[in-house]
Amino acid sequence: MTKDQIILGIETSCDETAASIVRNGREIISNVVSSQIESHKRFGGVVPEIASRHHVEQVTIVIEEALKQANMQPSDLDAVAVTEGPGLVGALLIGINAAKAFAFVHQLPLVGVHHIAGHIYANQLVEPMQFPLLALVVSGGHTEIVLMKEHGSFELIGETRDDAAGEAYDKVARVLKLPYPGGPHIDRLAHESEEAIDFPRIWLEEGSYDFSFSGLKSSVINYMHNAEQRGEEIKPQAVAAGFQNSVVEVLTAKTLRAAKQYNVKQVIAAGGVSANKGLRKSLEDTFAKEGIPFTVPPLFLCTDNAAMIAAAGSVMFEKGHTSTMAMNGRPGMTLFDWN
Amino acid sequence: MIWLGIDTSNVPLTIAVVKDNQLLVEWTSSIKVTHSVGAMPAVEEALRQADIKPNELDAIAVAEGPGSYTGVRIGVTIAKTLAWTLKIPVVGVSSLQTLAGNGSLFKGIICPIMDARRQNVFSAIYTNELDATLPDGHYALDVLLEQLAATEEDILFVGKDVAIHWEAIQQVLGERAIRAPFYHDLPKASVVIELAMKKPLPSIEETHHFVPDYKRITEAETNWRAEQQKAGQNE
Repeated sequence: MTKDQIILGIETSCDETAASIVRNGREIISNVVSSQIESHKRFGGVVPEIASRHHVEQVTIVIEEALKQANMQPSDLDAVAVTEGPGLVGALLIGINAAKAFAFVHQLPLVGVHHIAGHIYANQLVEPMQFPLLALVVSGGHTEIVLMKEHGSFELIGETRDDAAGEAYDKVARVLKLPYPGGPHIDRLAHESEEAIDFPRIWLEEGSYDFSFSGLKSSVINYMHNAEQRGEEIKPQAVAAGFQNSVVEVLTAKTLRAAKQYNVKQVIAAGGVSANKGLRKSLEDTFAKEGIPFTVPPLFLCTDNAAMIAAAGSVMFEKGHTSTMAMNGRPGMTLFDWN
Repeated sequence: MIWLGIDTSNVPLTIAVVKDNQLLVEWTSSIKVTHSVGAMPAVEEALRQADIKPNELDAIAVAEGPGSYTGVRIGVTIAKTLAWTLKIPVVGVSSLQTLAGNGSLFKGIICPIMDARRQNVFSAIYTNELDATLPDGHYALDVLLEQLAATEEDILFVGKDVAIHWEAIQQVLGERAIRAPFYHDLPKASVVIELAMKKPLPSIEETHHFVPDYKRITEAETNWRAEQQKAGQNE
């Protein structure tokens, strides 16, 4: 029997301070997340400086808790994986410097992980990936279709040309005067409505796998504005349902078309917006009908967490991708191949 | 007793190792390399040169601010993570007092300066025994100079940012204003350690709660409070 590989993951790229211990890249031993949502609510969005201040308060606490819950000592670990980017630079630097100091003391290899690779590898914690694989990554900062032919290989098939899907959700939520973060509220309202306002679907040019959500967002704002001027009653539920239908239909259709074109063995969804019930159901139904295996992580692995960073770090570590003590935060980091 | 000292509060980076009241290694630079890239390699190198293993350290001293928010946080994050995982105490020291410490042999009072943009500074007034007579804070330059004008002794200005405001300082204080030589303008981690040694050692349980002393609330918070106040007045 070969020895287990145990990785400590650390994530501080946005507004969650998180640490986790994962065995063999597949099994979560502990998963600790300290969320700051409450601190940012009154500002209507994440304030980078406040996020950084919280991270420095929480970072050693979450690492200790992750070790404690796993009932492990630093000497049980094989490597430390940390989010290197993309994200808020001041926030990233807290996780990175804590990871470095910890790795230095315990003489552990350091692995810098791409945040989106982490979201994709959250699926490894559910079931093993099968290649070729298509990943739909949807979050507050990303909307991408990524083709993976094997572990650590990422080919960008399509991406948003303006707003990320989650960003559009937040902006529409603000127009509907819903509390921050708005995504879950729109999802909830959309499910309360039988009727849906008809908003456009933005397909872009034929054959494109890219997305655009800023036009849709403008349509929603125009609709609200016109209705207000005419003194018509606005049903937030119907607006939410109409907006969500448009987003979900475009995301589902483009993912399906790409899945067929690239003849993939598995489709996965990743990122914060993959927690959206409307999107999950649409993808599940569509791929079940097409007979293509589809996985989406449980809700707690869709939002930012460190287990996914450890899972991705596990594969990178196996492939020999380690970082040095001079690692910097890379707020604009792009997905790169590990092979 | 072996100390590691760290100051990353502003552009300069300084790391020192002190063993039984003797400085073994001190490394200080003032080049524009982000501390995230430079600080941990410097810690590693300083300990290697001093031939000290991390687990031989007895305490960590770190400049806790004020200064650049991100800069201070990098030093504090490294210091508290090292201290927590080594189960040794971490002692925070004022970044301004650290600078003032460079002038502790001066016969007069000491004014450390860090530029905080828009004619503001992080500053304080220290006696040459390093007691603050004006506490560390974020001051408008003219307010600070007014405070200094009301004193009678000579004033030693310390810090590389003194250069930015030197003309204004001289205009108000004339010959009482004295500029420290350039080799005293950078913080020294040995001073961080020396100041930390004078403080009581905190328990290791306190490490988790150790945070920078920013001396300012965030801009978002300032704006939010102003809006709340305005809304209150309109009611």
